[in-house]
Amino acid sequence: MAEKRLDEATNTETVGHEWDGIEELNTPLPRWWLWTFYATIVFAVGYVVAYPAIPMVNKATEGMIGWSSRGQLAKEMDAASKQRSEVVAALAKTPIEQLDPESPLMRAAISGGAAAFRVNCVQCHGSGAAGFKGYPNLNDDDWLWGGDIKAIEYTLVHGIRQPDADETRFSQMPAFGRDGILSSAEISDVTSFVRSLSDLEPASAASQRGAALFEANCAVCHGPQGKGMREVGAPNLADAIWLYGGSREDVTATITNSRYGMMPAWGERLDPVTVKMLAAYVHSLGGGEDFIDVAEDPKVEVDEAP
Amino acid sequence: MKPPDPLPEGDLLDRALVAKDANPATARKPSTPAPDVPPSLYEEHTTVHPKRIDGRFRRFKWLVMLVTLAIYYGTPWIRWDRGPYAPDQAVLIDLANRRFYMFDIEIWPHEFYFVAGLLIMAGIGLFLVTSAVGRAWCGYACPQTVWTDLFQHVDRFVDGDRNARMRLDKAPWGAGKAARRFWKWTIYLVISFWTGGAWIMYFADAPTLTREFWAGDAAFVAYATVAVLTATTFWLGGFMREQVCVYMCPWPRIQTAMLDEKSLIVTYKHWRGEPRGSLKKSQKNPDTFGDCVDCNQCVAVCPTGIDIREGAQIGCITCALCIDACDKVMKEVGRPRGLIDYATLEDCEREAAGHAPRPVIKTLMHPRTLIYFGVWSAIGVALLFALGSRERTGITVQPDRNPPYMLLSDGSVRNSYTVKLRNMQSRPREMELSIVGLPGATMWTDDMNRDSAARAIVREVAADVALPLRVYVMAPRGSEEQDFSFKVTALDAEGETDSTETAFNAPEAP
Repeated sequence: MAEKRLDEATNTETVGHEWDGIEELNTPLPRWWLWTFYATIVFAVGYVVAYPAIPMVNKATEGMIGWSSRGQLAKEMDAASKQRSEVVAALAKTPIEQLDPESPLMRAAISGGAAAFRVNCVQCHGSGAAGFKGYPNLNDDDWLWGGDIKAIEYTLVHGIRQPDADETRFSQMPAFGRDGILSSAEISDVTSFVRSLSDLEPASAASQRGAALFEANCAVCHGPQGKGMREVGAPNLADAIWLYGGSREDVTATITNSRYGMMPAWGERLDPVTVKMLAAYVHSLGGGEDFIDVAEDPKVEVDEAP
Repeated sequence: MKPPDPLPEGDLLDRALVAKDANPATARKPSTPAPDVPPSLYEEHTTVHPKRIDGRFRRFKWLVMLVTLAIYYGTPWIRWDRGPYAPDQAVLIDLANRRFYMFDIEIWPHEFYFVAGLLIMAGIGLFLVTSAVGRAWCGYACPQTVWTDLFQHVDRFVDGDRNARMRLDKAPWGAGKAARRFWKWTIYLVISFWTGGAWIMYFADAPTLTREFWAGDAAFVAYATVAVLTATTFWLGGFMREQVCVYMCPWPRIQTAMLDEKSLIVTYKHWRGEPRGSLKKSQKNPDTFGDCVDCNQCVAVCPTGIDIREGAQIGCITCALCIDACDKVMKEVGRPRGLIDYATLEDCEREAAGHAPRPVIKTLMHPRTLIYFGVWSAIGVALLFALGSRERTGITVQPDRNPPYMLLSDGSVRNSYTVKLRNMQSRPREMELSIVGLPGATMWTDDMNRDSAARAIVREVAADVALPLRVYVMAPRGSEEQDFSFKVTALDAEGETDSTETAFNAPEAP
């Protein structure tokens, strides 16, 4: 190593290295920079000791102060649920039909339901609750199983056509074509009659033939005028709303193969308060019906005409 | 003090601009650094001890100080009866409820353009004032100037005038000096606390807040605001003083860019004053010396510690106290007043060339001031017109986009809207919401039964609130997509209305 000396041109000390006559001047980092750099090293050591830092096989080393991002999340969730606890407790002990529609509790339930709806329901019913073909629009005034707040809660808790749920909403329409109950000509006649109920088709000879077939095969569930029956979830065929479509092809397909719409029994998946909130939200979408206290069993007290 | 070089004739503006950039303190203590050592950019602070002076501008400053401080401290305590539904404080910025009250005017958040307009007027007003009378804002009305002035009076009250204060500054610390300092800083602190305390009164009912404040019940933000403003007032008014103007404030820089040769500035009339000589000297050699007797009174009274005889400079806030000081001396030595005076650079050139000074009104009226005044008053008139013609009833409508429409079981089409009825008067009013257009349509709200749907519904809207309504509009089967309007009518003698157009969505005709 060569000798350190002062460079003549700049009056700066060299570091003492020399390569073929090329020398390096010693211009050290500013002191504040250097001390900041040392401080970051000290900080880093402290950080590694205090916080989870070094990745191991299953998880990182646990820091001395025991912080983890999951732990922080849990703490924040706890705090959030503590904040909601008052509303949750009040909802838990209030039967849903006794919720005052004007009360702050109802408003809290509706907004809680809106959030739960986004998580659990939008996959089938859509984010605006407008539904799709086969998945009902929850904004309108047409209800298969009843549209008062208690009937909605019952449907949510027990689901629709759930194989393992005893009290589920259940009914089954025969597959009139597939099972050979009606011939394809008869199905065509019934289709004409059904469509004439809501003026999609004018009355004709075919629809008159279909009327007799309807009386014999369909009226037991859908009613003599095709107005439906909520006890068995039989849709009103005389209104403007078609869950599976009202075109000739759609109606023919429905009669031929039947339909079997299902909804999970949310009582098994969600806590009762969340289900109540969902019921309140769905009821608030503009088509909810008034609850009329007739009997204990929601299947019976459903009011017939909206 | 070394007399400056004789000024070149007809080069006043250039000289003024050069002097403006020069640092006042270095100019006062000219140092001749060695040629090989770069000059230090650090300027050590020297405390300014302005001398007491009386005169017309000092009296005007007293008046301005009295008025501005009275406005600042007193305004929140003015009561203004607005009836039972609105606060009775004349000026109140009610952040919690998003309302701004100013005497008979109440501003809602969506009307904030009034405040924006006032701020623009304030900005252009400053341009106007600056181009007409120079840095009058700095010299008289700026809070930094007013509070610095106030604190300097406290200095004078506690420690005596300039010479006494300078002596005390140099004196070693002892019991007497410590007692005086403690006493002075206590007064500073009381003024600062009062200043910080007055600020929060604009944001809540002043008597209630005062009671809560002392009882310890006020919001944390109230205490924090008072603490911060007390600290800044104490520091900026008590200790930073002219350094705020010279080093911290951007406004002097902007103003110096706006000044031109037609703006009034405080000017030392060097053609009259130079060369300087004491009274004795000029009595010995009557024709050698100018009017300036080099008494340095203009420097002694200056609150920013500059020497105005070096020309216009950034440290000069044009408070005109040097004019008072010089006038007093000129009177004593029997020479005409106005050796230091308000003058434009143009006038200076005229006067230096021996012409008569122009009347002040002519100095004030030139194209720049007239244009600024035109813009300023146009905005003012527009704001007044908007204020006079605004309605205190409003409606906003937001249609649901998901789903855009839905079919009801009888085939009719339903759309949903969030409607807000705004009652901007300080009394509850009945308001009627009605549908204009959209034949056959009826509406109901989420707290109504659909059976009572109608073309118009009436709601009681509480005083000074926006009432949100969830409105369902139902049009008969086969209705097509079209625009229609919601209209709100206040059901009172005035019958104010407002309406807004929105869309009704419907399925495409098959």
